[in-house]
Amino acid sequence: MDDPYEILGVSRTASAEEIRNAYRRLAKRWHPDTNPDKPEAEARFKAISAAYALLSDSEQRARFDRGEIDATGAERAPPSRPGGGAGGWRDWAEASGGARYRSSRGGFEGQFDESDLEDFLARAFGGAARARGPARGADLRFSLQVSFLDAARGASHQVTLPDGRTLRVAIPKGAETGTVLRLPGQGMPGGAEGAPPGDALVVLEVEPHRFFRREGDDVLLDLPVTLKEAVLGARVEVPTVDGPVTLTIPPRSAEGTRLRLRGRGMNGGHQYVVLKPVLPAGPEPELEEFLKRWTPRDASDPRAGMLSP
Amino acid sequence: MITLDAVAARFPEVAPGELALWIERRWVRAERDPDDAWRLTEMDVARVRLLVELRVTLEVTEELIPVVLSLIDQLYDARRSVRAILAALDEQPAAVRAAVLDAARRQPSD
Repeated sequence: MDDPYEILGVSRTASAEEIRNAYRRLAKRWHPDTNPDKPEAEARFKAISAAYALLSDSEQRARFDRGEIDATGAERAPPSRPGGGAGGWRDWAEASGGARYRSSRGGFEGQFDESDLEDFLARAFGGAARARGPARGADLRFSLQVSFLDAARGASHQVTLPDGRTLRVAIPKGAETGTVLRLPGQGMPGGAEGAPPGDALVVLEVEPHRFFRREGDDVLLDLPVTLKEAVLGARVEVPTVDGPVTLTIPPRSAEGTRLRLRGRGMNGGHQYVVLKPVLPAGPEPELEEFLKRWTPRDASDPRAGMLSP
Repeated sequence: MITLDAVAARFPEVAPGELALWIERRWVRAERDPDDAWRLTEMDVARVRLLVELRVTLEVTEELIPVVLSLIDQLYDARRSVRAILAALDEQPAAVRAAVLDAARRQPSD
């Protein structure tokens, strides 16, 4: 054992009051019950207590000062069960019988039981405590990105879990972002004998598509058409999630006209084609020449009423 | 089981009557024997020692004791739970242990 004066950080001539104050300060700092994360605290606290036990006793202190006893020989740790030392409460409190002094409930429930653990797990990991049966394994939750078309058509994906297992995940037709697929028994193994494993929960995240948008069960598609097609009408090929189909554009279709392809959406929804007439990219002298001489039969102003809202 | 007098003799620094008060407040959870006298277990005695450290050595005031005890008890509740979980984890196959530890590390720590 080291010099008790050094342990308490006081001089050899310190008064009893100084020693007492030094001890208080150090004991507060190193009390094992307030330093559970510092394993050295208990040893420190014991040393501090022993040093104080020696120096607070004027007779013992005088004998130590005279060299009649060494620090170990004079040690008078507070009475405690063997090995318990001054921090003996910890040994009791951490043993399984420690639940006798459980904080939340008074009384004498005794041993740490399964419901304690369930409560703890529920609070610590956010899951619901399960009331009965052997504790089943935890659910594994992960997200999976799928393309718009895979979600629309349904698909089968192979995914690799963090623990190295690979699972085949069937994406149902018409799945959308937030769809949760439950793979029973593919989560963490159960804790005890006979405990069922948890489930794997796959949360789908559907990537956006270059052309298609989803609105409920309907699919929207902006379709560029030429000026000629918009004015004269045409039959054109348009993409749907299930492949191209022929669409009839009626004559005189204005910008924003919505044409329905029945049943071409998801889960019985439709696909709506929204027409976006585009002008020719380069100069069109004939068209310009014609427009200069052209008097529309409909002479109404398309902006009528807009200037005085 | 130990009588109240025997415990009082072990802690001369505690004022007479104080021990009974601690028991009545359930800071020390002693039980009564058939003759209506308090009987303490070794654990209760350790609890008394803790209270002596708090009240006498550290001079925690009487009003603060319930708060301090409650915090200490909560702390050991949590520590017992963690030990139980670690012990349970220890019995698992290596792959499960690795998966749990891996998942634990990925939890936000705040």
